[in-house]
Amino acid sequence: MFMKLATGTVALALAATLQMAPLSAAETLNVPSLTYRTGPFAGAGIPIANGFSDYLTMLNERDGGIGGLKIVNPECETGYNSQKGVECYEATKGDGALVYNPYSTGITLQLIPKAPVDKIPVLSMGYGLSATAVGEKFPWGFNYPATYWSQMSSILKYIDSKDGGIKGKKIGFIYLDVGYGKEPIPLLDALSKSMGFTVAKFPVGVKEMQSQSSHWLKVRKEKPDWMIMWGFGAMNATAIKEAAKIKYPLDHFIGNWWAGANADLDPVGEVGKGYIAANMSGNGTDFPAIQDVLKFVVDKGLSQVKDRSEVGKVLYNRGVLNAVVVAEGIRLAQKISGKAAITGSDMRDGLEAMDISAARWKELGFEGFTAPIKSTCKDHAGGGSIFLQQWNGSSWERISDLIPPMTDIVRPMLLAAADKYVADKPDWQTQACE
Amino acid sequence: MLYRESGQFKTNYKQDSAIFPILQDRIAIMFYLAVAFIVIPIFGSNFFIDSMMIPFLIFTLAAIGLNILTGYTGQISLGSGAFMGVGAYSAYKLVTIFPDTNVILLIVLSGFFAAGIGMIFGLPSLRIKGFYLVVTTLAAQFFLEWAFIRIPWLYNYNDSGAIEVPRREVMNVIVTGPEASSVTRYLIVLSIVVVMTWIASNLIHGRIGRSWMMIRDMDIAAELIGVRPLYAKISAFAVSSFYCGVAGAMMVFLWLGAAEVESFDSNQSFLLLFMVIIGGLGSLVGSYLGAAFIWMLPVVLRALPKLFGLDINTATVEHINFMIIGALIVFFLIIEPNGMARMWSMLKQKLRVWPFPY
Amino acid sequence: MDLLYQIFIAPFIDMVSTPDFLLQVLWEGFVTGTLYSLIALGFVLIFKASGVFNFAQGIMVVFSALTLVGLYQAGVPAYLALILTIGVMALLAISVERLVLRHMVNQSELILFMVTIGLSYFLIGLGQFIFGGETKSMITEQLGLPTGSTEFEPFGGILILQHIDIAAVVIAGILVAGLAFFFSKTRIGRALRAVADDHQAALSVGISLNQIWAIVWFAAGIVALATGIMWGARSDVSFALQIVALKALPVLILGGFTSIPGAIVGGLIIGFGEKLFEVYWGGLLGGGVEGWFAYVIALIFLMFRPQGLFGDKIIERV
Repeated sequence: MFMKLATGTVALALAATLQMAPLSAAETLNVPSLTYRTGPFAGAGIPIANGFSDYLTMLNERDGGIGGLKIVNPECETGYNSQKGVECYEATKGDGALVYNPYSTGITLQLIPKAPVDKIPVLSMGYGLSATAVGEKFPWGFNYPATYWSQMSSILKYIDSKDGGIKGKKIGFIYLDVGYGKEPIPLLDALSKSMGFTVAKFPVGVKEMQSQSSHWLKVRKEKPDWMIMWGFGAMNATAIKEAAKIKYPLDHFIGNWWAGANADLDPVGEVGKGYIAANMSGNGTDFPAIQDVLKFVVDKGLSQVKDRSEVGKVLYNRGVLNAVVVAEGIRLAQKISGKAAITGSDMRDGLEAMDISAARWKELGFEGFTAPIKSTCKDHAGGGSIFLQQWNGSSWERISDLIPPMTDIVRPMLLAAADKYVADKPDWQTQACE
Repeated sequence: MLYRESGQFKTNYKQDSAIFPILQDRIAIMFYLAVAFIVIPIFGSNFFIDSMMIPFLIFTLAAIGLNILTGYTGQISLGSGAFMGVGAYSAYKLVTIFPDTNVILLIVLSGFFAAGIGMIFGLPSLRIKGFYLVVTTLAAQFFLEWAFIRIPWLYNYNDSGAIEVPRREVMNVIVTGPEASSVTRYLIVLSIVVVMTWIASNLIHGRIGRSWMMIRDMDIAAELIGVRPLYAKISAFAVSSFYCGVAGAMMVFLWLGAAEVESFDSNQSFLLLFMVIIGGLGSLVGSYLGAAFIWMLPVVLRALPKLFGLDINTATVEHINFMIIGALIVFFLIIEPNGMARMWSMLKQKLRVWPFPY
Repeated sequence: MDLLYQIFIAPFIDMVSTPDFLLQVLWEGFVTGTLYSLIALGFVLIFKASGVFNFAQGIMVVFSALTLVGLYQAGVPAYLALILTIGVMALLAISVERLVLRHMVNQSELILFMVTIGLSYFLIGLGQFIFGGETKSMITEQLGLPTGSTEFEPFGGILILQHIDIAAVVIAGILVAGLAFFFSKTRIGRALRAVADDHQAALSVGISLNQIWAIVWFAAGIVALATGIMWGARSDVSFALQIVALKALPVLILGGFTSIPGAIVGGLIIGFGEKLFEVYWGGLLGGGVEGWFAYVIALIFLMFRPQGLFGDKIIERV
């Protein structure tokens, strides 16, 4: 009996392996998704994955795909675990994958060295390694519309414009203690010298995400004037609750764009009133293209969203934004290469030629959704402006215009970081830009 | 029919105490090795080698390590993931400090660092055992995880806090880094795992292995007949951590290419323990079977619904995976505490006496 | 010298110069410690009666809280959801006894322990399968638990006490008192203690082991539910809580596996210790020491007093 079971399992395993053999992918556009619908960050992973796949499905339903080819969007579950992310990458790259959107800085870091070898670009939209913005050094990596560094500089700019400037103030930086949270620290340290503020750092380990009382006790001890948070998942709600508990003024507490989703603030509710977060994608459903998503996908039951109201929330729209950029990249790649069935290399050229002006955003049905994105050979981070939004107890209100980053400070630092990254890799593939 | 020992006579003690007393077993081993070393590299697809075989072999090695400690010496450990981490981080430091040394040698050497750390955390086992030891190994797990984050020297003050594998060549063949071909990495992993399995087998069947098992079965009796618990336990911790450390170094250098702390977190330790339990406590074959089972199960589960034309959401598959692993552990511990290895040997026994029941 | 100053003098100056802050830290430590004690209490209950070291206790905390919130979200009124969750925990206790424990009689303690690890994995999968993996917020107000906070001004500073924390301490107190009463005054409680003392003897005087086991697991389930509600109200309900629940292990080492007062005192020691250490000394080590502080304390403690503060059973010395 057991042996039968065992043999059966082995047979199934073999069958499964055979099944995994690359399906001929010539006549579709394959955009795999590395999702995390499970694990501690599922609260963020689910809306992103839904937004991403729903927009692509909408293109299939409404336009019959892009350039006459349907888009396929196989999902592979990573649970926000880098190791599983790599497995997923290996498992899905064979089917003619065009681009990867890892949605995890840890996974992005692992994929960056693989991209030039497998000739599949990595698009880490507003996350990942900041240095990938340097196109000369990272031909295969893209992180527009902005890097963590430029985002941090925009936030500091905002703080500088309030309460008589940032000089002499103490900035508290609370962050998730993984690659993602540590990423902006070099910039923060550099700017603290040039702008004249002091920094107090409060790392929150993944294990302590939900018990932050001692971190906030330390905040109370240090008494920073402003708090900046690079948080994610279950960490955000807990942090805001704890901040409210120690009576920290929430309108002096700014989260980055992964710490400002509806899923983060809904559990906090009224308590979180006043909390500020950065964002790069518009909220709500008042965009023609999002209406199309509702009409062609959600109402037809083709979406994985549980409820219609999930469409238009912060992270859902972030997923949509990502999908729009990917779709635009495919269009450009098809135009440049002159064929509908493109490869990963073509896709790279398409992403590098990315140029979504305000007019083009309107054409796509996203007027006022986000800032224009323009990539060049040198600059893979695009424009980089962000805006800030404030929680009013039940929803987000936009409170600032687009804040451009301090390019003059960020760019040289990005170059230095890119050089450092490449320094110990003698055979790293770079490209020349004029 | 084929698997039968009639006509094979043992004429001296050496033959009698051989590990594979039956000719067919020896042929089978040769066959497996031939498949592993020749057939798979030639015919296996990159996906099969990269995502199935390499991780399977690496986890096997780690499972052997844990099996030495838990299965053979009876000291339960929930810190094996962290010991893999010690191997990985020390290999990273070694490779960056000595860029011109043979990287394969450094990977194996990194095991010694893991062994050293393992011995330190093994010291409490001299005074305590059972659940109490579980807590001390958990202490090792959480302390080491913390150290991997808070000691930036370990990852060369990298901004991201991740260790990235540099490109290294051995005899003009690229061995590590993203350009290294799957087959090269596979063959290195396979060779290391085969050699280390052979060493483990000799250790276990030798004097030191017997002393481990005596400690496991009854420590007081073992002490009375002259086994020194200090040496036996500490050596078990050392050897076990050595194996885990090499596995961890291989995991980063020959499989993932880069790693963060989360690759060595407590979940990893649990998975290794599951491999050992399901495969079979105190069995080398079991380590192979357990690693294969735990590693392949999610892959199969992901593929199964597609075979039947069902489209199940990836999250659900993951949840079901958890449930099945959990249920199987309970099932195995109730029905067959010796795991799959015991089933395997039962099958062989049945074949041996076939068609008679016994 | 500077380092020695940082370690031995500076923190104490800090403590004395801002006594209100010290009080706040101690209060946080007290509340966290109480919750650790509650989790540890669940372990002790099961260990006392059946000799099973129930690794799944931490998961049961999350599972019960998730069930409660999940039922509420599915449209069940809050109090009914609470009653139904208690029912689910009872069902869980009975099935664990029927399907698992009954078959494991006479197995070694380690095997029993590993079974509960399997059980915890199963519960993680099941909980997420039914209720989804996303983080949920506890239905604090709907259950009639207080929110809000009270401020005191001792020593010219400020001390903020959250009402939910006060409620947690009170409920923990009631639970412990209730359990103590149950153990010493009721018939079932006495049977339970008899089983804990000697299985064979208990069987021979007509106590049903199976029944007792189901009751203990149920009691542990109730304790888990109370912990889950309290912890969930402090942060949120998700399986990330399981790591926090593991902290009960060092608490047990300190308090002893079989002692209810031990679980409480151990929990408080760990709670106070880790908050004080993290806030006043953690900075020297780069912070985040809370993750392992409890375990290292337990490890050191084991060297000197392996049976725990109140443990009655002398551990097998090697």
